[in-house]
Amino acid sequence: MKLARDTWLIFQRQIQLLLRNPVWVFVGVFQPVMYLLLFAPLLKPALNAPTQAAAYKIFVPGLLVLLAIFGGLFQGFGLIAELRAGVIERSRVTPVSRLALLLGRSLRDVVSLVAQAVIITLLALLFDLRVFIGYLLLAYLMLALIALMTSAVSYGVALKVKSEDALAPLMNTVAQPVLLLSGILLPLTFAPGWLQGVAKWNPFSWSVDGVRALFAGDLSNDKVWQGLTIVAVLAVAGVFWAARQFARSVR
Amino acid sequence: MIETRGLRKSFRSRAGRETKTVDAVRGVNLEVAEGEIFGFLGPNGAGKTTTLRMLATLIEPDGGEATIAGADLRKDPAEVRRRIGYVAQGGSTWDESTAREELVLHARLYGIGKADAHRRATRALDAFQLSEYADRKCKTYSGGQRRRVEIALGIIHEPKIVFLDEPTTGLDPQSRAHMWDEIRRLRTEGMTVFITTHYLDEADALCDRIAIMDHGEVVAEGTPAELKREISGEVVLVGLDAATTPHAAELLDTEAYVSKLETADEGGLRLYVDEGATAIPQVLRRLDHAGLELRSIELHRPSLDDVFLTKTGRSLRES
Repeated sequence: MKLARDTWLIFQRQIQLLLRNPVWVFVGVFQPVMYLLLFAPLLKPALNAPTQAAAYKIFVPGLLVLLAIFGGLFQGFGLIAELRAGVIERSRVTPVSRLALLLGRSLRDVVSLVAQAVIITLLALLFDLRVFIGYLLLAYLMLALIALMTSAVSYGVALKVKSEDALAPLMNTVAQPVLLLSGILLPLTFAPGWLQGVAKWNPFSWSVDGVRALFAGDLSNDKVWQGLTIVAVLAVAGVFWAARQFARSVR
Repeated sequence: MIETRGLRKSFRSRAGRETKTVDAVRGVNLEVAEGEIFGFLGPNGAGKTTTLRMLATLIEPDGGEATIAGADLRKDPAEVRRRIGYVAQGGSTWDESTAREELVLHARLYGIGKADAHRRATRALDAFQLSEYADRKCKTYSGGQRRRVEIALGIIHEPKIVFLDEPTTGLDPQSRAHMWDEIRRLRTEGMTVFITTHYLDEADALCDRIAIMDHGEVVAEGTPAELKREISGEVVLVGLDAATTPHAAELLDTEAYVSKLETADEGGLRLYVDEGATAIPQVLRRLDHAGLELRSIELHRPSLDDVFLTKTGRSLRES
């Protein structure tokens, strides 16, 4: 009860500040829209897809997962600014739940990610993408869990390194292989065997496959529940770890 | 209100390949009474902030115990948090928020209901003369205004004790005087105030009692007056003509309140006394009675810097 109340308080404040500066929502959407408009048209011939819509069914899920990963991983920067302003320390002298300090922030990231995903999906509708709404909601759940995990991890790391200069290269180093090994831009079915073998160890490649299956209307595909389970477990672990960082001493 | 026994904290720092252990606080024993302004005086790096952060539950002590407002720091930090307020040195407000938003949120983090939080915020804004700017973003505030918002945040839940870490550092003289008034007002409202400072005049003028800290240890503790008296007492400088000086010396040397008497090189006397304020009238009466003419009389009180010098072997201004 206290956790829910505290989380809501932090979430409310974070959303309020986000809406006060809504330009960030559009900055966040800008890059994926560019991919959608300037990169996706290459895919129909490249993937040998029968129609443009079929190509989008493969590409848009990857793009959304990409958005969730990157949107989350770079949230730590905002936290470092808050650390520097003393806002985190001020919260830590109150009896507020430490988990709420994290969850309130991560939930804001999840909400802003889902908002961006909706914008991208609506745009893709214009290109004849059609997805059953129930499956789409399941796909959004997967995205939400990914964003929850990546933003929590990003906050945890930010509290540990406490400097933008350390956080930026660290996050880039993590994000790069994760991105390439998840078949986000092109499906890994094109990959040689060893590359597919490595990608199996990347949790995000499972979620990309899962979201693709949902967009294809294939709910019975094992990748759907497997992907959801993997990110759910990782999200819980990430949140747990990051909340401990909030509870520890922070300068 | 606060009682600590042997509070310790060391940090590991890395210089190149070697890790060094720095003993930031080495066993601090303190007793702070209810309703007093207690000052922690010492140079930068003396361990004041580390001690304060331990007392405010922000870092865990390596050893020792503390009871704060009746709650055990080691066993029940959550209860300590509920009973204290803490205002950090480096600020705690967010540029894009308004003072009112910050106050309401902070009150609510202490579990206070929405309506009550709004009432408290309005009252605090009033009390700290911030109503005019209440709904402007914090980034538009002056240094003094911002510091007042931060103090208001620290006491929005009406704690029994408030810890203020260097509350006047970086303020101009006028804002500083204003801040002293605010801090005295907190005491009048029944709060115990614990401040750190490296300003001698601040410790002297504002604090009921002080502890002088150096290299992680408390080297002296008492009221500013006690501490100053402890080192040398006070000195009354009596200005006399060279001709009358020997006679005056003879008269005053036998007085009970004079612990030591020196003849100044340029004529006149230096009287070492316990309390100058009561000694002066007696000196005047004695000399007047004997018909000796006095040129001047002056009271020299040792400063806290003299205290610091005696206790640590160096001046606070140098360190």
